[in-house]
Amino acid sequence: MIDRRNFLKLTAAGGGAVFMSGLYGHVLAADATMAEDFYFVQLSDSHWGFSGPPNPDAANTLKKAVAAANALPIQPDFIVFTGDLTHTTDDPKERRERMAQFRDIVAELKVKPVYFMPGEHDASLDRGAAYKEYFGKTHYSFEHKGVNFLVLDNVSDPGAKIGEEQLSWLKSELAKLAQDARIVVFTHRPLFDLAPKWDWATRDGDQAIALLMPYSNVTVFYGHIHQEHHHSTGHIDHHAAQSLIFPLPAPGSQDKRTPLPWDAAAPGKGLGFREVQADAKQARYQLQEFPVPQGQS
Amino acid sequence: MSASRRHFLLSAGAMLCGTSLIAAAADKKKARAKARIIRIEAKKFIYTPNEITIRQGESVILELTALDFVHGFNIPDLHIRTDIVPGKVTRLPLQFPEAGQVSFLCDNFCGSGHEEMAGNFTVTA
Repeated sequence: MIDRRNFLKLTAAGGGAVFMSGLYGHVLAADATMAEDFYFVQLSDSHWGFSGPPNPDAANTLKKAVAAANALPIQPDFIVFTGDLTHTTDDPKERRERMAQFRDIVAELKVKPVYFMPGEHDASLDRGAAYKEYFGKTHYSFEHKGVNFLVLDNVSDPGAKIGEEQLSWLKSELAKLAQDARIVVFTHRPLFDLAPKWDWATRDGDQAIALLMPYSNVTVFYGHIHQEHHHSTGHIDHHAAQSLIFPLPAPGSQDKRTPLPWDAAAPGKGLGFREVQADAKQARYQLQEFPVPQGQS
Repeated sequence: MSASRRHFLLSAGAMLCGTSLIAAAADKKKARAKARIIRIEAKKFIYTPNEITIRQGESVILELTALDFVHGFNIPDLHIRTDIVPGKVTRLPLQFPEAGQVSFLCDNFCGSGHEEMAGNFTVTA
């Protein structure tokens, strides 16, 4: 039987470049015998409810991504959506309708569980009230095959703050873990100052990073910036994902963060999802980017 | 040192300190009196005005008001930010040491046009 590792080698040409993250060559000591190889899929920024020239196929892109995930020859252990599930609206009723529609579309995913977190478009105008009705808690933790996942909410406060209460929770969650525990953080906005002039930052993200810094094996996956991006703060790697609605320009590369125009010659260009392979024996992750297949709408 | 001598020194110190505080306050008042007032109104999803010209080194005081939301006002290059609470005038004394373009933006998510809510200072030499 073909395993996932060999499958990746065979299919590398089908996706984007493979990106290695983590401490290459660092053999895990703590609980390594309990760990198993696995992979998960990161989907982000579907902005369900958006319509406009940057994506004339907006009513179908999320559905195509769901179909693509369902068609993966080897199914992931789980799927995570890193925020901006829906596009914002001032109308609370419309917000809930968009969330209900989003929930119905992603209910078609074969893989369970699916983990969610809000983006500012979902949660900032009502401090997460509608989001919680449909998707539950905005910050939480879970463990999977020896990896400790922490989901941080840096959007329910419209000022992009994690806040004292959640930082205290993070501190208490981390206190339960060994210093070389495998830790993965999921969040929506970058925790570091990627491009403050475009509001691509978390106002108190430095405090979260300071809490994470004593831990030797931490990786952050986030969304918000609608493009693949890799950055390190010390030994902590941060990886942004592509979106499922429209790509945005490279951080700070122009005056305004306006969406890149839809390319009729290459529909769906710049949209995609990510697979993350967790290596059981070494503290590293193998990332591979995939486009959203453009079939019949 | 006698108690009365200590009392005299403390009183003199307090007087000197008080005098310099009064002088500093007067300087501040004088500086404020000279500072140009620039009023900026924030509403979803625009600042009015959003293109502002200031001379390098000029003292200005921004008077910020918001009509419909607690908008943010962030000047990342100066590491300055404030909330603008509706019903209040938020005053922000500013001076730009260098000529060039300096951007500002709303950093409190305020809705579907939030990403476009920004402006520029043109600082002339």
